[in-house]
Amino acid sequence: MSTIGYESWAVDLAEVGAIYPFQGSEVLMTILGVIFWVGWHRIQFVREGKHLEEARRAGDPDKVRELLEKY
Amino acid sequence: MDGNLNALTTVFTEFYYWVTVVFMFLIHVGFCMYEVGASRHRNHMHTLMKNVMVIPLVTVTFFFFGWWIYWAFPDFPFFGGLNHEAGNANLPWSETMGTNLSDRITGVFWAAFLLFSWTAASIVSGAVIERIRSSALWVHAVLIGSVWWIIDAAWGWHYAGWMVKYLGYHDAYASGVIHAIAGGYALGVIMVLGPRIGKFAKDGTPRDIPPHNPWMLTIGIFLIYTGFWGFYAACNVPAISPEAIGGQITGTTWTATNIYLAPTSLSAITFNFLMSLSGGLMAAYVVSRGDAFWTFSGGLAGVITASAGNDLYHPIQAMLVAAVGVVIVYNLHYWVERRFKLDDAVGAVAVHGYAGVVGLVISGFMLWGVPASPFEGYASINPVGQTVGALIMFFGLGFIPAWCVAKMQAAAGVLRIPEEVELQGLDYAEHHAYEDAKAEIIEADKAHLAAAATPAE
Repeated sequence: MSTIGYESWAVDLAEVGAIYPFQGSEVLMTILGVIFWVGWHRIQFVREGKHLEEARRAGDPDKVRELLEKY
Repeated sequence: MDGNLNALTTVFTEFYYWVTVVFMFLIHVGFCMYEVGASRHRNHMHTLMKNVMVIPLVTVTFFFFGWWIYWAFPDFPFFGGLNHEAGNANLPWSETMGTNLSDRITGVFWAAFLLFSWTAASIVSGAVIERIRSSALWVHAVLIGSVWWIIDAAWGWHYAGWMVKYLGYHDAYASGVIHAIAGGYALGVIMVLGPRIGKFAKDGTPRDIPPHNPWMLTIGIFLIYTGFWGFYAACNVPAISPEAIGGQITGTTWTATNIYLAPTSLSAITFNFLMSLSGGLMAAYVVSRGDAFWTFSGGLAGVITASAGNDLYHPIQAMLVAAVGVVIVYNLHYWVERRFKLDDAVGAVAVHGYAGVVGLVISGFMLWGVPASPFEGYASINPVGQTVGALIMFFGLGFIPAWCVAKMQAAAGVLRIPEEVELQGLDYAEHHAYEDAKAEIIEADKAHLAAAATPAE
């Protein structure tokens, strides 16, 4: 058994199409890929919101003034 | 070159490899920028010089004996003797190792492999910055660049290598043959070399030593990405007929192949390079909580993890494999750092070594049963073969030789720079010479101005 459907290369390449593993699972792979992508946004949104909330209370006014001067 | 088709194929192949070599030069430019950016101001010139001199030292030794090893060692020493016939054609005094109108491929093919050699040496160079003697690193550069990696290439990255024949070892874009071995080698050296002064607090807590110039690191790693893309193309044979392959493939359809002469396409690896880069970047951003340098390095680690099977993966598989690899690599890096008190200045052991090993193991499952070669009688790809292969790369040809040589260098007192020099900086003498020269020329200019000035009347 081979995950790409070919157990040897004794084939005529003119008759060969896809050679990636787990052919037939493209829709499932796409769903997993989309979950990864959307999940990334979710995690990033939440973390950035939390970080900005913490950051807005973290600044020392004197140091902020210095930073403004520095440009 | 008989006939127009042969002539076109030969000249196209010659030009194809030549272009990949030029692209791959950017890997070394990127490594130099990354190392200098990561080092502190007092060590810049030595850091840069240490990596730049890798280029000539590995080049000449690869010409003298590295290239011969690749052709002579596919079975040696475990499954046969040296292949003298193939090896002799690649000795430095062979007619094909020079301007020769009957052979237009050897030079560009040699150069493509040579650029991989530079990369292997340069990976080690990054891990050891700011405390290794250049002389010690340059010995390691020659050993990893012109001996150890090219032995692993003969065994596992050659269409007739014994690892390919008997283990079904498959490593299309060098997860193991470049990255696992170089990461393992770097680990062997830093284990003997020890951390930079101040890296660990008295209670063993690691301290961050931030890069002095984040922008140099950023541009450096982007150049590495670009060169890596060229590296992918260099790992393929661009166009070859079944007849020229001489294996089991039937018919007359030409194809691109991987280094094992098994079919793939430039289109496939373009998909997979970009998707694994993206998967690595996204996973690294999350796992490192947005740390810029880990995110950038994660892109690289993602590509490295997927590289073993990127000739065959579906793009979504490449993305997910990269993401999984990066999460493992990131956590393993910090675990090893805390547990063993190792100072890997640029994360080279993790990004290259662990990613390479993880990528090989994953590919054993993903490509289980796939023919590793177009030739009859070879083992097919399998998890055991890939795992054994990963161990041979990381430990057998990487970690163990590096540790032994570093131990000998340490015993002879030629591995690490003196503590006083580490504190004052490797560039201390050059900085003084620079300041003295500056003061002298300013004084000279002032004296000249004073002498030339005409008094007001």
